[in-house]
Amino acid sequence: MTDTIAIDVRKAVKRYGDFTALQPISLSIHDNEFFTLLGPSGCGKTTLLRMIAGFEDVTEGEIFLFGDEIKTLPPHKRPVNTVFQNYALFPHLTILQNVMFGVEMQGKPKSEAKARAGEMLELVQLSQFAHRKPSQLSGGQQQRVALARALAPQPKVLLLDEPLSALDLKLRQAMRFELKEIQRETGITFIFVTHDQEEALTMSDRIAVMSAGRLQQLGNAQDIYERPHNMFVADFIGETNLLEVSVDAIQDKRAICHLGGGHELTCDAVDNIGIGSKVHMSLRPERLFLSDDPTESESLAGTIRENIFVGTDIQTLVTLENGPQMTIRTSNSDRGNKRIFEPGTPVYVNMEMGAGRLLVD
Amino acid sequence: MAAGASSGGSAKSDTYAEARNWLLLPSWIVIGIFVLIPVILMLIYSFLTKEFRGGVIWEFSLAAYDQFFFDRGLFGDSPPVIEWTYINIFWRSIWQAGLATLLSLAIGFPTAYFIATRPEKIRPAWVFLITIPYWVNLLIRTVSMKFLLRDQGPLNDFLLSIGVISDPIHIVNTNFAVQLGLFYSYLPFMVLPIYASVERYNFALSEAAADLYATKWVTLRRVLLPAVKPGVIAGCILVFVPSLGSFLAPDLLGGARNFMIGSLIEEQFKGNAGNWPFGAAASMILLSMVLVILMIFARQQAKANKGDA
Ligand SMILES: Nc1ncnc2c1ncn2[C@@H]1O[C@H](COP(=O)(O)OP(=O)(O)O)[C@@H](O)[C@H]1O
Ligand SMILES: [Mg+2]
Repeated sequence: MTDTIAIDVRKAVKRYGDFTALQPISLSIHDNEFFTLLGPSGCGKTTLLRMIAGFEDVTEGEIFLFGDEIKTLPPHKRPVNTVFQNYALFPHLTILQNVMFGVEMQGKPKSEAKARAGEMLELVQLSQFAHRKPSQLSGGQQQRVALARALAPQPKVLLLDEPLSALDLKLRQAMRFELKEIQRETGITFIFVTHDQEEALTMSDRIAVMSAGRLQQLGNAQDIYERPHNMFVADFIGETNLLEVSVDAIQDKRAICHLGGGHELTCDAVDNIGIGSKVHMSLRPERLFLSDDPTESESLAGTIRENIFVGTDIQTLVTLENGPQMTIRTSNSDRGNKRIFEPGTPVYVNMEMGAGRLLVD
Repeated sequence: MAAGASSGGSAKSDTYAEARNWLLLPSWIVIGIFVLIPVILMLIYSFLTKEFRGGVIWEFSLAAYDQFFFDRGLFGDSPPVIEWTYINIFWRSIWQAGLATLLSLAIGFPTAYFIATRPEKIRPAWVFLITIPYWVNLLIRTVSMKFLLRDQGPLNDFLLSIGVISDPIHIVNTNFAVQLGLFYSYLPFMVLPIYASVERYNFALSEAAADLYATKWVTLRRVLLPAVKPGVIAGCILVFVPSLGSFLAPDLLGGARNFMIGSLIEEQFKGNAGNWPFGAAASMILLSMVLVILMIFARQQAKANKGDA
C-alpha cells in the first residue's frame, strides 16, 4: 500500500429512478491496496464496483483513477479489469483464448498475448487446462481462469465481485490465501467485494463496511472489529452482545451505565454521548468469562442456560438476573483453566478491561 | 410431461419411459402421415411414366430425371448433352433465396436484438407486432407488395413527390423485387429463433468483453455472434428453405424472366399441361439439395461444439 491514490470516489450517488442505491459515498483507495467493500446483500457493493468499471453511470459525484476523472470513459477504455461474480467466461473459447482476449484487445501481437496468457495460467496453476473449454472445468478452476483473464492485461486496478461466493468452504479458504498472495506478487490494487465478514477480515488492508447504500465505517480489520462506530458494524462484523444501557455519569473518560435488572457497567466514554441517554453497549463474547464469584471490576450476575459445542469454542448462554440473555465464548484450548458450568448454575459474567464499547446509534 | 421424471428408481423410470413412448405415438403418426408418406409418394411418382393429360402411368421410367439433366434433341434421338435450362433455374433459385436470406438476416438480427433487449414485460408485445402481418394470407400480402412497388405505386409516388427521383424506379419484375418479396414473406422465421437465442444470451459476457478492452463491434463479432450462432443458423435455414421452393413471390413480383424452382414444380401439376413425374423429380432434387445443405450445417455445428459439452 502506497500513498498514491488509485481510485478516488467523491460523493458518488447512484439512483435507479426514485430508488437511491448509493447515498453520497466518498472513498480513497490507495495504490497496491487490498481494499474490501463489505456489506449484506443489496447494500450497493456491486453497484459501486460497476460504476468504477464503467457499466453503470454515475448519477452524481465523480470517480478519479490515478488523478483522472473517468466518469465519461466507456468500460473498454478504462485500465481496470473485473472478475465477475459468475465468472462470465467466454464459453466458445478455450481457457487460453479466454485469457489472451484482453491482451489481444489492447492491440498486442498474438505471440505476446499467448506468452502473457501462459504466464497467467501458470500463476493460477492451470497450464495443463489451457486447451479446454470453460464448461469442462470445475467451479474453482473457472474462478481461477476468470482471475487469470482479468490479470493478463495488467490492469491498474482489479475489481472482484464476490469471486469466492460460489465455491465450497475448503476451496474458499484456500483461495483467500492464494488471492492475497497474487495481490502481493503483482502489486495491483484490488477492490474486493464480499458479504462474508470473515473473508474481509482475513484478506484486507482496509475495509469499507456498507449498509443500505451508505458507508458505515472505513478502517482496517482491527479497527472495525474492536472499535465499531455504530450498531450496524458491531452487529455485522463478528458476533457480539448488544445491550441496551443508559448512561448515568461520566467520570475520567469512563461512562458509568446501567442496564435493566439493576446491573451496572462501566466502559470507555465516546464522543457526543449525553448523560441519561439510552445507548447500546457491544460486548464481544470472547472477551467475557464466567466465574463463581464476582471479580472486583465488572460483573453481572446470571444463570447458565445452555452450553453449545461449536468446534474450537464452547458457547455459553447466560440469562442475567431480570435482564437480557448474553453469549460467552470459551476457547476449547482454555478448558484446562476454565470451568464449564452446568445449565442452571448461578454465575457471574466478567469482562476483560476495555471489552465494552458504547455505540451511539 | 416432465412431471415425476425426477423421482423414483430404475423400475419407476422404466414405466416412465414406456409411458413416454406411448404418449409420443400421436406425433409419430402425424409425422408419418404428413411427412413420410407424401415424400415416399413423390419419390415413387418421380420414377413413373407421364400421362399426357396430367397424372401418371404405373410404369417404371427414368425419363423425368433424364429430362431434367440431359437434352436429347427435339425428337429424343440425338446424343445427350447436358440440359442447362433447369440447372440454371435451380442455380438462380439458390442465388435468389440466398440473397433473400441475407436480407432477412441484415434486418432480422438487429430487430431480434432490439426486442430481446427490451424490458421483459413488453417483449411479448414486440413479438406479437412482428407476427401481425402474418395473419393475412401470403397471396394477398404478395399482391399488396406488388401494388406498393409498381411504377405508379405509393413508393414511387412518394419518392417522386419528395424529389429524390425524377422517373419512377422499376422494381416489379426484377430480381430485387423477388428478394424483397421473399424477405417479407419469411422475416419472422428469421427474427423469432434469433430472438430466442439472444434472449438466452448472458449479457455479462458482453460486459466481460468490454471490460477486456473490446469495442462494441468486436464484442458483437467475437462474443455475441458465436453465442447466438445456433439461432442465426436456424433462422437462415427457416428462411432459405421455403424461399428456395417458393413460387408466389417469384411469380407475382419477378415476372416471367425470374422464374424459380417453385414455379417450375407448380406448373407441372397445374391443369392438363403438366408433367407429374418431372415435377416429382424436380421436387426430389430440390429436397436432396436442401438435405445436403442442412447436413453441412449440422456437421459444422457438431464440429464447433466438439469438446464443449
Ligand atoms: N438495474 C437496477 N435497477 C433498479 N435497482 C437496482 C438495479 N441494480 C441494482 N438495484 C438495486 O440496488 C441495490 C444495490 O444492489 P447491488 O449493488 O447489486 O447490491 P449488492 O451487490 O451489495 O448485493 C439493490 O437494492 C438492488 O435491488
Ligand atoms: Mg452484488
